[in-house]
Amino acid sequence: MTDCCCKKPCAPKREPWMTGDVETPVGKVPTIGTRLTLRDELGALKVRFAIGRNNYTIEPGLYAIGEPTPESPVFVSANYKLSFDHLRCALGGTDGWVLVLDTKGINVWCAAGKGTFGTAEIVNRVQQTKIDQIVSHRKLIVPQLGAPGVSAPEVAKQSGFGVLYGPVRAEDLPKFLAAEFKATPEMRRVRFTLRDRIAVIPVELVIWFKQALGLAIALALLSGISRNGYSLANAPHAFVLVFTAWLTGGAVVPLLLPWIPARAFSLKGLWVGLMLWIVLGSANLLGASPLTELGWGLILVSVVSFMALNFTGTSTYTSMSGVKKEMKIAIPIQLIAAISGTVLIIIGGLR
Amino acid sequence: MKHLKNVVTLKLDEEKCIGCGLCSTVCPHEVFSIVDKKAYIIDLDACMECGACAGNCPIGALSVDSGVGCASGIINGLLNGSGECCCDKGGTCA
Repeated sequence: MTDCCCKKPCAPKREPWMTGDVETPVGKVPTIGTRLTLRDELGALKVRFAIGRNNYTIEPGLYAIGEPTPESPVFVSANYKLSFDHLRCALGGTDGWVLVLDTKGINVWCAAGKGTFGTAEIVNRVQQTKIDQIVSHRKLIVPQLGAPGVSAPEVAKQSGFGVLYGPVRAEDLPKFLAAEFKATPEMRRVRFTLRDRIAVIPVELVIWFKQALGLAIALALLSGISRNGYSLANAPHAFVLVFTAWLTGGAVVPLLLPWIPARAFSLKGLWVGLMLWIVLGSANLLGASPLTELGWGLILVSVVSFMALNFTGTSTYTSMSGVKKEMKIAIPIQLIAAISGTVLIIIGGLR
Repeated sequence: MKHLKNVVTLKLDEEKCIGCGLCSTVCPHEVFSIVDKKAYIIDLDACMECGACAGNCPIGALSVDSGVGCASGIINGLLNGSGECCCDKGGTCA
């Protein structure tokens, strides 16, 4: 972080992952390590659980990796530390330059969708770092997932640097470099593997925790109404059911995603929610009266279906048109189901 | 894995196309194929409307109504006009 109060130019803040400096015609550039330390791993674990995820940033600018020369390649990255760590880890044994854009701490793909990882910021960062005086070539290796925000022809026009789109995954960079900047179709393809889906489950659960808690409190309070007065005896039951639905929508749906029938996420959620209803209903866990049972069934299904619909944002393959189309149909139905469920639970308590 | 059929807004003007292949390079879902210096859409339903192809096409032969395919983003957009997506808060998308 350059301190704006400094009268003389201040040195960039030293980070634990910096290993030294290299001299360039425009001054010192910090070198970065390519091995992740326990601290980096713990940092990654924290953001995987959505802790401090909005502030997991590094200073934008130019960094050196290995012992780069003016001929060494330039890799463009985002200033989300998880993205940056993937990159430097993949570049172990390579000599190069890393140009970190200011993406407000957001990963490459999401930032590209918003345009913060984009043409304007690349051009700006190229000028600010005076990289044209450091390297002799005029090429930038931009991650392929940055492409939604970048126009390669525009970057060339405005900065004089040509864009070479690298592979989707940083781990494929060594092979991409060895193949003289050629990516195989496999390297260009985004997938959504079981491993990818498991990695996003904690964040899903943490993101929805507050809403689930709110719903559980509301339903716990409402399920206390009965003909014989008010009692909170059913409150724990309400909590268990809402959080079971939360766990199903946030973990079971992502886990089983490709194997659940239907293409629409809300429908996938509907099937899983119905399964949950059947399982809990046949174990007599949904309440004493048929009305309460039906009410809880509708709540479970609407919660799981709604969470599944929202998983479109995490998934790697849904389009805006597709999501809008399914939302138009699914959200009204989910709302009606949730409201009828709540009404039935109240009526069930009163009878 | 594929989402809904016949909803994607991607359009390619094959007449205009000069076959540079950049669309096929940036596409994360192998929507395009380049045959004899012309791009063709071979898997329209796989398109996620990220807009990478249209934004990189040097002659504007591609158009797509691009945006985040994310329910929370669309809901937030409707509620407060921000269009903030879940991943904007830090990035679960890879």
